[in-house]
Formats: sequence, C-alpha cells, structure tokens
Amino acid sequence: MHIPDGFIDVQTSAIFAGLAAAGVATALKGARTQLDEKTAPLAGLTAVFIFAVQMLNFPVAAGTSGHLLGGALAAVLVGPWAATLALAVVLIMQGFLFADGGLTAIGLNVFNMGVIGVWAGYGIFLVLRKILPKNKSSISLAAAIGGLLSVPAAAVGFTIQYAMGATATFSVSTVLGAMVGTHVLIGIGEAFITGLTVSAVLASRSDLVYGWKNNVQKLEIRSAN
Amino acid sequence: MFKSWRSEVLTNRKFYLSGLVVSLFLAGVISFYASSSPDGLEKVAEDIGFIQTAKEHTNSKGTLADYGVKGIENERTSVGVAGVIGVVGTAIVAGFGFRLLARKPKKDRN
Repeated sequence: MHIPDGFIDVQTSAIFAGLAAAGVATALKGARTQLDEKTAPLAGLTAVFIFAVQMLNFPVAAGTSGHLLGGALAAVLVGPWAATLALAVVLIMQGFLFADGGLTAIGLNVFNMGVIGVWAGYGIFLVLRKILPKNKSSISLAAAIGGLLSVPAAAVGFTIQYAMGATATFSVSTVLGAMVGTHVLIGIGEAFITGLTVSAVLASRSDLVYGWKNNVQKLEIRSAN
Repeated sequence: MFKSWRSEVLTNRKFYLSGLVVSLFLAGVISFYASSSPDGLEKVAEDIGFIQTAKEHTNSKGTLADYGVKGIENERTSVGVAGVIGVVGTAIVAGFGFRLLARKPKKDRN
C-alpha cells in the first residue's frame, strides 16, 4: 500500500501533501484533548507495534502479500486523532529510513493510511459498537470489522489519487476493481490482527483503551476526574 | 499512582515492557519469515502494467533501505537489526512526541 515515487504526478502529490498536513495539524489539536499522561504511552506503543507488524507481510493470494495498515487498530486503542499521528510517524520513519514509500508520495500515503484508513475504520467501529451488545468481545469484533473495511477504503483513496494524477493511462475502473478486490483480501488479515490485538489489550489493560473507556464512561455515574 | 482501576490487570511497567518486547520480537525475529511477494498495490501495478512508472526511491542506497542493514551479509541478521532499529527509533520519536503532546499546563480540562 506504500506508494512509491512516480505513480502519481507531482501536482497531485502536492495537493495530498497539503491535505495530509492539514489532517496531521488537526490531529495534533484533537490528540491534545484526547490524550492525557495516562494514555500517551499507549499511543507511543501503538506506533511502535504498527511499525513492527507492518514488516510482517502475509500471503493473501497467488503471488500477492499484504500487511497490517493499523488505522482502525490505532483509532480504537488511542482515539482517531492520536491514530493519525501514530500512522504519520510510522510512515515518515519508513519513507526516510527504510526507503519504503516514496518521499514525494508521503502525503499520498499519510492521507490514505493515516486519514482515510483511520477514519473509515473508526467510523465503522462506532456504528457497530452502537448496535452490538455492550461488552468487550463486541469491541474487539467491531474493531476487527472496522479494520477489514479500512483497507479497501484506503485502496479507494489510492484510486482517487490515480484518477487525479496517474502518470500511466490505464482506466480508472480497472484500477479500482483490482485495488478493492485485492485489498478486501488483505483486509481479512487486518481484521484478525486488529481483533486479536484489541482483545489482548482489553484483557490486560481495558482502562487504557479509548474505544472501550469512551463507551463505559457514559454508563457510569460521573467519575472522580 | 492511581492503583484503583478495577480493569488494571498488568501494572504499567509490565504492560509497556511486554508491548515493547512483543514488538521487538516481531520486528527483530519474525520479520525474516514475512512474505516477500509484492504487496497489494505493487501486484495491481504489475498486473495492470503501471509498475514501470515507479521511480527508484531517493534513499534506495541508504543504510537501512528495504529493511536491511547495509554491510550485514546475513539476511536474517540484517532484517532483524533493521527491525530493531525501527522499533527503537519509533519508540523514541512517538514516545517523546505523544508525551509532550499530552502534557497539559494546568488541570483545567478533561
């Protein structure tokens, strides 16, 4: 999913660099209100974990692999604003240190994985959390399905960028079909990793989990802080 | 400090230490076994035919390019060390960054 330099022209890359920068700036503001001294370390750990798991490409179909994007996972663990920041840190490290994702494409990549992936995953999570019974398994399931769909959503993000500024001339609908088809499969892996990770953190430290805390606090009589 | 959370099964130190150890293990050891097939986007670009529009990465000759350490011949060690460097680097950047961000001048908001 990391776009290299050259796929998308410079103008379109610049537009998305601006959009990604605006997204990160908004996220900086938002995260300031969502994070506190207790949850900030989890945001750091989430970025670290996503970096590590993004190295683990798993096979999905003949000759194709995929890896965790982590947007939904991060949003459920630490809130959507901090999630965008965590993804941005990971993508910048990968682009500059590991030559993974082009440097002119950083805006494209941050937008797809750090903005679309995060908010698509989180939006679906919120809808499912509302519908499902109020327990921890539902939170993990909702996170998993949010993760599943966040991957094709990010793939649609690429297709939009391709439509706006591809240097190649293949039809947009061909690219859309292939991108979504492949990334639904990768999304299945995303769902497993997201669901398992969220349930592991819920089992050990549910007090830190944004998507759970946020839910139960409404049911409690005002807490001491 | 606040030991009264009912849902706190692991202490902070144990929780964050295990998270870090798991991440180091995944990036440092398991990464060697990752699939080397092209990822979804690369495969689509190959199949449809726009893969040739990709340019070589600016840092493709960098010390850590493609998750390997330049100069370490053994592939297992090379990817493992690169992974560990990435985990530690991300921990430093994100760890300090989020901590700074969460610091509130006064306890006026919640």
